[in-house]
Amino acid sequence: MQDLLYFSQQLINGLTIGSTYALIAIGYTMVYGIIGMINFAHGEIYMIGAYTALIAITGLASLGVVWLPLILIVALVCAMIVSSSMGWAVERVAYRPVRGRHRLIPLISAIGMSIFLQNYVHLAQGSRNIGFPALIEGGFTFGSDGAFQMSLSYMQITIFITTLICMTALSLFIARSRTGRACRAVSQDLGMANLLGIDTNRIISATFVIGAALAAVAGLLLGMYYGSVDPLFGFIAGLKAFTAAVLGGIGSIPGAMLGGLILGVSESMTSGYLSGEYKDVVSFGLLILILLFKPTGLLGKPEVEKI
Amino acid sequence: MAAHNFKHALFCAFITLLISYPILGFNLEAQGINITITGADTTTILGVLLAAVVVFLFQLFRDQIMGRVGDLTSLTAGKHKEPMAENRRAKIESWVLTGIVILALFWPFFMSRGAVDLATLVLIYIMLALGLNVVVGLAGLLDLGYVAFYAVGAYTFALLSQYLGVSFWFALPIGALLAATFGLVLGFPVLRLRGDYLAIVTLGFGEIIRILLNNWTNLTGGPNGIGGIPDPTLFGMEFGRRVKEEGNTSFHETFGIAYSGEHKVIFLYLIALVLAVFTALVIRRFMRMPVGRAWEALREDEIAARSLGLSRTAVKLSAFTIGAFFAGFAGTVFASKQGFISPESFVFLESAIILAIVVLGGMGSQIGVVLAAIAVTILPELAREFSEYRMLIFGAAMVLMMVWRPQGLMPMRRIHIELKKQE
Repeated sequence: MQDLLYFSQQLINGLTIGSTYALIAIGYTMVYGIIGMINFAHGEIYMIGAYTALIAITGLASLGVVWLPLILIVALVCAMIVSSSMGWAVERVAYRPVRGRHRLIPLISAIGMSIFLQNYVHLAQGSRNIGFPALIEGGFTFGSDGAFQMSLSYMQITIFITTLICMTALSLFIARSRTGRACRAVSQDLGMANLLGIDTNRIISATFVIGAALAAVAGLLLGMYYGSVDPLFGFIAGLKAFTAAVLGGIGSIPGAMLGGLILGVSESMTSGYLSGEYKDVVSFGLLILILLFKPTGLLGKPEVEKI
Repeated sequence: MAAHNFKHALFCAFITLLISYPILGFNLEAQGINITITGADTTTILGVLLAAVVVFLFQLFRDQIMGRVGDLTSLTAGKHKEPMAENRRAKIESWVLTGIVILALFWPFFMSRGAVDLATLVLIYIMLALGLNVVVGLAGLLDLGYVAFYAVGAYTFALLSQYLGVSFWFALPIGALLAATFGLVLGFPVLRLRGDYLAIVTLGFGEIIRILLNNWTNLTGGPNGIGGIPDPTLFGMEFGRRVKEEGNTSFHETFGIAYSGEHKVIFLYLIALVLAVFTALVIRRFMRMPVGRAWEALREDEIAARSLGLSRTAVKLSAFTIGAFFAGFAGTVFASKQGFISPESFVFLESAIILAIVVLGGMGSQIGVVLAAIAVTILPELAREFSEYRMLIFGAAMVLMMVWRPQGLMPMRRIHIELKKQE
């Protein structure tokens, strides 16, 4: 019984983290699916989302607003707006001019952008980590007193529900809406979509904006969950999310969701049963193994190299 | 058109405000558990507004401005000079380079200790950048975990000296070879991956090595690092005031001169200089050898190169291993210079700086990379008050470089014949 409780606790923790990784991974996978580049600055956009949410929350608190749903919704909307503007601007400044050049060039440009954004926030808000107020407290506990107690906090439930809503909305958007259809068309064949009258530049911008908005949601959720933010907050999370995207098969949206969950669970199992220090090693090791043995990921399509 | 331009410009200006005002306009301050928020000072807010206005005007008159800039560049490009004859150019180049090296040999004796120390650091970066240049510039493999090999070299020397008392001169080849072995072992499985996947995997390797160094406390001392790394000796002569090891003599007593701390600094500089020149020469030879040609062939067109019978794995692996070898070299010198190393010196940012040097210098070009290494290391020292903006400027420079001049400041030149345009 004890072991089962401990195991379920790790599972819940893993699924919580994993679902936020999935939210960030969507941005990587959509961009990769359409223009075939790794948006290295995506982790920073997520970090900016977390900072904006924190600024909005603190600002509202200093104005004397105490009604929790209002605070959360305003913070979420602010974070999504600022992050998606950032995503749009980054694509416009750093990626569009180099699109279609040699593979390394957009990638180096993206690394430069990532360093730039990290230091931009570092200079504006300082390098120390800032505490994120725990707005949603409490939760359920299972198990008897004196022994190991499994807890499922309201925060974790919020994360699950928000992620679920975002994913459903995204799936519906991609499947049903005009822009979503155009997105799928562009990711299948950019040139052909262009010939058929789709404004591909607009669709690519839209992809960046959608990815950034989801990353902002993850920023708010993870910021509250971890309880602090700092300018380097996005880098590791971005890498993890990229791992999740590759794990699920880059370019595939359901793959990103699946990959995020698997990565989150394997990470929390490592820190639960081995040691917390090596959880990053496990996720990077997982990434390397997947790339070596199944580079297309779990749900990805094999890429045929054409001459 | 004008109306569309105006709307677009307004939109861009609005976005500028949106991405800069919330982050720059408010300051979060942690006071105990509570966080307070304050508005930024007026200059920052004016700056944000000014930025929005500049973006607005630029977007509004974009066509005119870009047209003007285009005219300027086409003017300078129009003045084609007949290139110098190849053998004459090579001769001049080698004379100039020899002159610079000789100058660099005597230069430290007239400079302050701090300047020589900085110059040693520059030389270490030159070694690193030349090594990475083989991997990224010549072979076209984006390695984001290059700093891992640097760490292997540095830690090899530190551990060998701590546990076995090995001296610098023994550790130098061992460190470099061990780093090369790491490159070989790590490279073998990953090099079949495509460019951007390779970048991420190498980044993962770099992080794994750093995390291991950080957590393997019994061996590496964890975050506390390893101290007391010995200085290099000159034929058994030590540079300290007193001789530490049995059987050694001290430099100043042997030559009968007064003890000075500068001797050691200059000696380290000279070692770094010799090793950097050695690195440059070896890589220069490699570039002219069949393997060097193969690197570039594979970079330019993998399918074509393979169909001509080049082994993809062997060629890539050789580049990767050679790059790692020189990183190990640089690592050993770095450990000896600092006397203390910890995992903090080997973070991803370091990889990014070395990559930035290679990119700014012009991928593949040795002279460009050397100049960029000097600029990137010295400029922040000269402008100390701007030093916190260093990484910001780096990032922006990398992006701008890729947008405007992806071939770098001094692109590599190849012997080539241009087809004459038909009239």
